[in-house]
Amino acid sequence: MTTTTSRGVRLTLRGAVLGRAGAPVLEGIGLDAVPGEILAVVGPSGCGKSTLLRTLAGLLPALGGEVAQDGEAITAPRAERALVFQDDALLPWRTVRANVELPLAIRGVPRAERRTRAESWLARVGLDGHGAKLPHRISGGQRQRVQLARALAAEPRAVLMDEPFGALDAQTRAGMQQLLVDVLHGTGATVVFVTHDVDEALFLGDRIALLPTGRVLDVPRPRERAAHADPATVALRREVLESLTPAH
Amino acid sequence: MRARRWSAPLRALSLVAALGIWQLLTSYDVNLWLRFEQFPTVTDVARAFGDRLGSDTYWQDLTDSLTRIVTGFALAAVLGITVGTAVARSRIASDLLGPVLEVIRPVPAIALVPVAILLFPSNEQGIVFITCTAAFFPVMVSTRHAVRALTPVWEEAVLTMGGGRWRILGSVVLPGALPGILGGLSVGIGVSWICVISAEMISGEYGVGYRTWQDYTVVDYPGVFVGMATIGLLGWITSTAVELLGRRLTRWLPRTENRPPSPVRHRGPESPAAEPAPLAKERVHP
Repeated sequence: MTTTTSRGVRLTLRGAVLGRAGAPVLEGIGLDAVPGEILAVVGPSGCGKSTLLRTLAGLLPALGGEVAQDGEAITAPRAERALVFQDDALLPWRTVRANVELPLAIRGVPRAERRTRAESWLARVGLDGHGAKLPHRISGGQRQRVQLARALAAEPRAVLMDEPFGALDAQTRAGMQQLLVDVLHGTGATVVFVTHDVDEALFLGDRIALLPTGRVLDVPRPRERAAHADPATVALRREVLESLTPAH
Repeated sequence: MRARRWSAPLRALSLVAALGIWQLLTSYDVNLWLRFEQFPTVTDVARAFGDRLGSDTYWQDLTDSLTRIVTGFALAAVLGITVGTAVARSRIASDLLGPVLEVIRPVPAIALVPVAILLFPSNEQGIVFITCTAAFFPVMVSTRHAVRALTPVWEEAVLTMGGGRWRILGSVVLPGALPGILGGLSVGIGVSWICVISAEMISGEYGVGYRTWQDYTVVDYPGVFVGMATIGLLGWITSTAVELLGRRLTRWLPRTENRPPSPVRHRGPESPAAEPAPLAKERVHP
């Protein structure tokens, strides 16, 4: 087990206008994600959560305001900001291992090292021995593990996750959330995790950002499911839920 | 499973039945509206075929036609995939090439014989040109559609890994569009045969099409049928080759049991027996 040494970055939005040209979905949004934390972004469907993430990834240009990494404007995708999608983002013609190797190949890592690193990451997400399979031969939950391995194998400084467990059943989802916390531990990477599931946000997030307002709530630690029964968490949960109910 | 076991005998039976009906109609000189009295019998054709197989000209015709079709088809495949991808991926390429291609596309390749004669110094090149034009359009059009239909997430994933334009082309666009491209290649090889034979009939020296037409002009009907059978066999062999190559290249496609593999894309896992034992508490995603 190697511990990655990647350091996190600070991702900042200041008065940002996001969306496609002529059709902004988020206006005047401000956010701050700091190294080593998981910032959970919660909001009702269609509020622009994915747009926010795509803009941070550099896939969509900001229409206005500031979108920056360590003070430098984000204008194009970069390998140091990995994006994890909801589903079907693995290349179906590549084996599981070849999918994990792809970001390493793009960075010019030699073949033998690529293979060792991919295998080691597959083992860390519990997919030892599945490397030679094609993505459609494994389950949906396993595919998301592969996506996680693919994102982390490249030692990114920021991991942007767009409802990565949204298509999974409740049990698998709980297992994946724990796995995510475990594998992220010690990487120091900045994580922005978009979800519409309040409990997922409470469990994973160090802080929760509510869209579309951009209001940020701190989540009490330690990170344990039992803690959900305590009054502070219950109050926090209610507050998040209320923010999700449309005002009109 | 039952259907599969009977598949081979059924196929053989259908061929034998077709030949049997032909033999009966011709050997009894059936003459009901359709006239079979001049028609050579299966045995006449088989005898002529045997004779031809022993002659050098038959093999020269065969290799000439094959060389023409292989050259024309290979050129069409390269050009069709390149142009189709460019048109689908680039606004400029689409604006520049689109109108010209759409105007030329409806012209049957065989109607380009005069153009070929004007353009090319030799008949040989003209025939290859016509064969190539014929196969180009199906390949180009299916490539264009396949590239436009790619799942956008694949490209975004590679972009966020730091992949550039060529990496996306090689790692996403071409492999992802391959099933669609192969459909175009399958259609293309068929059209190529139609055009190579027609072009040989009009302007060839040697070649199966040329020989078939020659036999017709000297009233050698069994010879005509030998030509037709040769074209049929060669066409079958080449399209099978394209099909097999395609299956080899797209082994990653999920396929359902009990159905002949098709180049159409399916989603979702296959038979449960082939599914790996799911890891702790995970269920197979439906």
